[in-house]
Amino acid sequence: MKVLVIIEHDNETVKQSSFSTISAAKEISDSIEAIVLGQGIDSVINQLKKSDHLKKIYKIDNELFQNPLAENLSKAIHKFTEGSDYTHILSPSSTFGKNMSPKLSALMDVQQISDITKIISDDTFERPIYAGNAIAKVKSNDPIKIITVRPTCFEPCALNSSVDVESLKVDLDKNNLISFVSYDKSKSDRPELTSAKIVISGGRGMQNGENFRLLEGIADKLGAAMGASRAAVDAGFVPNDWQVGQTGKIVAPDLYIAVGISGAIQHIAGIKDSKFIACINKDEEAPIFNFSDYGLVGDLFELLPKLEEKL
Amino acid sequence: MKALVCVKRVIDYNVKIRVKSDKSGVETDNVKMSMNPFDEIAVEEAVRLKEKNQIQEIVILSIGTDKSQETIRSGLAMGGDRGILVKTEKDQLEPLTVGKIIKSVSDKEKPDLIILGKQAIDDDCNQTGQIVATLLEFPQATFASELKKNNDNTLEVTREVDGGLETVKINIPCVVTTDLRLNEPRYASLPNIMKAKQKKIDVLEIGSFDIDIKDRLQVLEVKEPPERKPGIKVDDVDSLVEKLKNEAKVL
Repeated sequence: MKVLVIIEHDNETVKQSSFSTISAAKEISDSIEAIVLGQGIDSVINQLKKSDHLKKIYKIDNELFQNPLAENLSKAIHKFTEGSDYTHILSPSSTFGKNMSPKLSALMDVQQISDITKIISDDTFERPIYAGNAIAKVKSNDPIKIITVRPTCFEPCALNSSVDVESLKVDLDKNNLISFVSYDKSKSDRPELTSAKIVISGGRGMQNGENFRLLEGIADKLGAAMGASRAAVDAGFVPNDWQVGQTGKIVAPDLYIAVGISGAIQHIAGIKDSKFIACINKDEEAPIFNFSDYGLVGDLFELLPKLEEKL
Repeated sequence: MKALVCVKRVIDYNVKIRVKSDKSGVETDNVKMSMNPFDEIAVEEAVRLKEKNQIQEIVILSIGTDKSQETIRSGLAMGGDRGILVKTEKDQLEPLTVGKIIKSVSDKEKPDLIILGKQAIDDDCNQTGQIVATLLEFPQATFASELKKNNDNTLEVTREVDGGLETVKINIPCVVTTDLRLNEPRYASLPNIMKAKQKKIDVLEIGSFDIDIKDRLQVLEVKEPPERKPGIKVDDVDSLVEKLKNEAKVL
């Protein structure tokens, strides 16, 4: 059993999702190697070198990988693995991994196992389906397992080691059918919805977009990301990319605070893996109370300023 | 330009799913089925491109049992021109198999744009578009939130990636998978629903494709997610903060 972990980074830092993927690999085998493709990635390598569990790091530093275009990455990784004895190839199920890993699986004629949340054995895994409303236990019959790992389900590995690094050259023609134009980083100072430790969301009960300011003060104090229910998005209170739920973002923070959200099925599907859920709603019959660890019945316009003050 | 839009019939997103008591899967009998919401966005985008005269023909493809004809019909009612059903007896095929079938249909249909949802809300795999692009050696733009056709036979696509938006330029023919922000799908009007009944759907038997449809993954069981333990109601803001600090230890 030998695992290859594909490292996600931005040419400067290693993404936390990569360290979580290394931890997942450790549950499969002790023999774990990592590959990093990028341009000018010395600082990435210096961080990654400290990872526990890794036996070796392969580094491919080339202008082809200045931006993480899946066409170039998947071809290069495929070439690298040809003739190797890897039994498992793991990527984080971030947008990076989701974009790239299925291409690798198609090149290798393997049926990928997406977004695993638990490792049962070296060929059997659990993964959520129906946005986490059911859990499927699946066994892969492919000789090589290509897997994406849900990072929030595995603690990032510790960083107490010093791993050997080998630089490799790449022999690959640039794919001219696609070119990178730009990357606009979200301007928000707040953490990303999908990786935040605390998320506070508003629903239709917020009544309008202006009132989301009441949540902002709390989010600032808690260092929380901000989200919304589909109802709030559909009503035009906040932008679409705030939507938490089955057809929006799936979140699993330590604390999810739902304010003025009734708790429709499709919203619950997106938050049920949160460690703790708290809610504020004036309707004590609202379904959200059935899913909340702590529920507070009352008028959010009175309660939110009080909450902000207490934090 | 010709578009091939791939659509999947899934349990409607508003339905609370039920796991079968024998843990073999999810109950689908007498459950409302609809087009995968992300695929609906793909149909809408193709129709909008057609309205701008950037696309001349929209072909709606689905792979599934006979009932998937309904799903194709709803795509035709939104503005698709004709449909193709690749008929199978199996309820679910794996993404790799689906990708191979779409490739085969595409080899014959020769679309300039293959557009489909980024994932289906049943198996949540998020693979098919990427697999199709790879097998056809077309460039891909996944998780699209904006799409613009340039005059030089390229598309400029903005992608929703973690932490921001990435824009790529891809040559036609290409594969695009849709994210939520791309558009808001229209409701089909009654006259268009009536008109869609006259539109042609070709039915192809899966056996006519030289593709091995055997599953590579074996579903050992499908179970309910762990129940959340029942929570409590707190009396006021003070006790909420106290609980979050001292009991949950999340503040």
